[in-house]
Amino acid sequence: MTTNYLLKRVDFIFKNENDWEVILSKSINRAPQELINELISSELKGRGGAGFPTGLKWKLSAEAVNDTKYVICNADEGEPGTFKDREILSRVPFKVLTAMAVCGHVIGAKEGYIYLRGEYHFLRPELNKAIVEFEYYCKEIKFDFSIKIFMGSGAYICGEETALFESMEGKRGEPRNKPPFPSTSGYMGKPTVINNVETLAHTFTIFKYGAKRFYDLGVQYSRGSKLFSVSGDTPKPGIYELELGMSLEDFVEEFGDGDTKAVQVGGASGFLVPRKRFHETAIGFQGKLTGISLPTGGSMMLFNSSRSMFNVLDNYLEFFREESCGQCTPCRVGCQQLLKGIKAVKRGEKNAQYLDKLLRLTETMQYTAKCGLGQSVANSFSSIVENFREEMIY
Amino acid sequence: MAKKIKISINGVSVEIDQDTTILDAARQTGVIIPTLCYHKDLCVAGNCRVCIVEIMGQKRLTAACATPCEEGMDILTNSLKVRNSRKHIIELLLSEHNADCTRCYKNGNCELQKLASEYKIMTQDFIRLVPFKNYTIDQFSPSIIKDDSKCIRCQRCVRTCAELQGVNALTVAHKGDQMKITTFFEKAMNDVVCTNCGQCINHCPTGALVEKNYIEEVWDAIADKTKHVIVQTAPAVRVGLGEELGFGPCVRVTGKMVAALKRLGFDAVMDTDFTADLTIMEEGTELLTRLKRKMVDHDPDVKFPMATSCSPGWIKYIEHMYPDYLDHLSTCKSPQQMFGALAKTYYAKARNLDPETIVSVSIMPCTAKKFEANRPEMHDSGYRDVDYVLTTRELAIMIKQAGIDFMRLGDVHYDRLMGESTGAGVIFGATGGVMEAALRTAYELVTGRDVPFDNLNITPVRGMEGVKEATVKIENPLKEWTFLEGVELKCAVAHGLVNAHKVMESIISGESNYQFIEFMACPGGCLGGGGQPIPTNPEIRRKRAEAIYAEDEGMPLRKSHQNPEIIKIYKDFLDHPLSEKSHHLLHTHYSPRDRF
Repeated sequence: MTTNYLLKRVDFIFKNENDWEVILSKSINRAPQELINELISSELKGRGGAGFPTGLKWKLSAEAVNDTKYVICNADEGEPGTFKDREILSRVPFKVLTAMAVCGHVIGAKEGYIYLRGEYHFLRPELNKAIVEFEYYCKEIKFDFSIKIFMGSGAYICGEETALFESMEGKRGEPRNKPPFPSTSGYMGKPTVINNVETLAHTFTIFKYGAKRFYDLGVQYSRGSKLFSVSGDTPKPGIYELELGMSLEDFVEEFGDGDTKAVQVGGASGFLVPRKRFHETAIGFQGKLTGISLPTGGSMMLFNSSRSMFNVLDNYLEFFREESCGQCTPCRVGCQQLLKGIKAVKRGEKNAQYLDKLLRLTETMQYTAKCGLGQSVANSFSSIVENFREEMIY
Repeated sequence: MAKKIKISINGVSVEIDQDTTILDAARQTGVIIPTLCYHKDLCVAGNCRVCIVEIMGQKRLTAACATPCEEGMDILTNSLKVRNSRKHIIELLLSEHNADCTRCYKNGNCELQKLASEYKIMTQDFIRLVPFKNYTIDQFSPSIIKDDSKCIRCQRCVRTCAELQGVNALTVAHKGDQMKITTFFEKAMNDVVCTNCGQCINHCPTGALVEKNYIEEVWDAIADKTKHVIVQTAPAVRVGLGEELGFGPCVRVTGKMVAALKRLGFDAVMDTDFTADLTIMEEGTELLTRLKRKMVDHDPDVKFPMATSCSPGWIKYIEHMYPDYLDHLSTCKSPQQMFGALAKTYYAKARNLDPETIVSVSIMPCTAKKFEANRPEMHDSGYRDVDYVLTTRELAIMIKQAGIDFMRLGDVHYDRLMGESTGAGVIFGATGGVMEAALRTAYELVTGRDVPFDNLNITPVRGMEGVKEATVKIENPLKEWTFLEGVELKCAVAHGLVNAHKVMESIISGESNYQFIEFMACPGGCLGGGGQPIPTNPEIRRKRAEAIYAEDEGMPLRKSHQNPEIIKIYKDFLDHPLSEKSHHLLHTHYSPRDRF
């Protein structure tokens, strides 16, 4: 395997550590405020996609006054091209369970839920075994915390945190209006911390090694490491833990097949970066990085010159058309119009300028859709249409 | 006092209560933000996104209906960004909407059409999506037509059916482009647990849900010289009709309405208020008889509490949801059906008409009445008792079609025989009205005195509280009612089926021990009925109620048993309440229905 000194491999998440009992006992004997400060100083941001600072999230829920609070692990991993969470849950489940319990200690929650993607039902038996063992230990050390698995039913939208709550409450999985935010009114209207699987696994690392070890990785605004699900035209697809802040050029050097035309970063709701932008694009959260920087659930899809970008976009839009919850106008109708629109341009039924109208429409969707799904359709649409306009028309 | 905060709307600083939504704050300051999915009766959905506004410093736009104001917010409701986005959203809705406006029943009273007109959407840039979907129109119900091609997925109907009525006949199914408002297993409206109350119609912003109209059938009957067309008007129609024809919601148009009906060509114009009075005679007597059977005869079969049966939406609800409690219902038909049965018997005989030639039409604030008239048991006259039921809205359409300048009509009185009514009949149109009317008569029947409330106004049962209670203590009854001495008659009034559900549950759990309960399917009673003018909202309901009680106050007779035509019908035709003839014509039975 070639190594590139610019692309720093990290091995935190999957490192097999059998000391979760120690970390748990140690952490729950620390003051909540101390743990929150630890997280805040690590600058860990949510690894699910939106990148909200985790420490702040815990802090807000800790400050909310309520007898009942919840910790929820969002394992509804549905972003096309993302497959990291299931590996975490099957290889190092105790890290996630421990992190949930520590979060419960921090915010004052006694119950945790893992919202498991419907298609991941095969993980359930092993995960349940782990939970039984984990709860047994909690009882042993007289720490009151229980964890249950809630199975999703296959809707992409239920990964959106408020739609996830609705789904858990037995209702239709539709995003709620915000505010109120989950930290004050989440599952069952109670203060709730909802974190992605990977985020929780990172908190384990931070509680074990301290914030500095984590903070020292990465670059400004994008600290730490992250799991990347690498797929597409690559000789070595798989899951890799890499330091944030790397340039896309280095990434392609490492993972490309020598003919990489473009990389879709962040799945269907992320951006497409064309070859000419590889060198100026750094992978991290939105901040002051050069070029476009990327919100990311960690999906990296590589496309080589044999791929039609029209087909790629068509595929993403087909996905959104079906996976929009259908509740709000811009997303429900917008997705249909975008999909039908690019097909009409391709067939010559609409002229090339129609693409500009559609680009303006995606802007409206970004401004007005109720949740992240509708807002982020614009990302892939505009980045593909602007960079590969010719492929859209001819 | 709520805490005040300072915000700025379109550059104007204003002080408003904390927790006010941006939409309400704007309305308070005279700025109109368009809405579609928003309705004052319902919880906030925030899904149409038409009400988006720009908050300075934020990249994304915000739904005004769903966002509370925060100190120092600088809000723009008409910036270029807002305008462009809003226009896009209207265009998107139109692309998904069967915008064949000239052929739509709601043409002229459609909120989407109004928005399109305001924003002058003149072109069709986006691709029309309707042809790609296999829409079918559900018109199997005798009351409601559902056309998905006109649906904008605002979910107002869904929220109405769930929050106001607790029926959940309509729900959201599927996702993405397939998402739609539908019924259990996508069956026809007629085949699911639907009460036909029409609240969904009243809350629908477009033509996706409309009443099945019988306007042409009625015109045909009027034009048919061999037919004698007789019309009755429900109590609540007179306080709603004006809204469709240029008046405000607190205007009573009883006399003008009668004049208009005569001009339309009806052969006789009579009043459902008359049979409302008759209902009181029958139902009041039934209540007293039940009390006697229970207290004197100790009959184990007699069921308490007794529930009113005037609201066909409520009747279908209890048949579906509480089939074991049908014995609690009064056996009295609704005033509409009493009128229908008498029209083709009593009236036919008095006027010397062949009942075969009589076409009986009713004007109702209600769509469930269309279903009720269609029930197989409603043929006690030997014919279909009520041939056609029109809503208040349909009558307004006929008046407009006939070119009648409604505002300039003089007042005309109802025809004799079944056109006289008392204030007690009038208040049937408001929640609590049946209860109040029944108490006025029953109390006097038992004690020989007026009901012990100031000026006969039994205020505890009035108003818009969901469940109201009143207790009337009977003292010094007449000789034949001595067994009622000291009895406290506990009464309850529920309107909106979600409240009916609450009361029924309290009966089942044994929490409550009422003797008599008035149930109305619609919020506010009939004045807020599904067939009333659109819009209907809390403020309009309150005003219509004021108008109804004003009508009552202004009537010379305010107790059903004083109605001279009621006295006459018992003398000439029915003998006495609960007589054999009454039983045959004025009473009915109910059938249990499935929950699915």
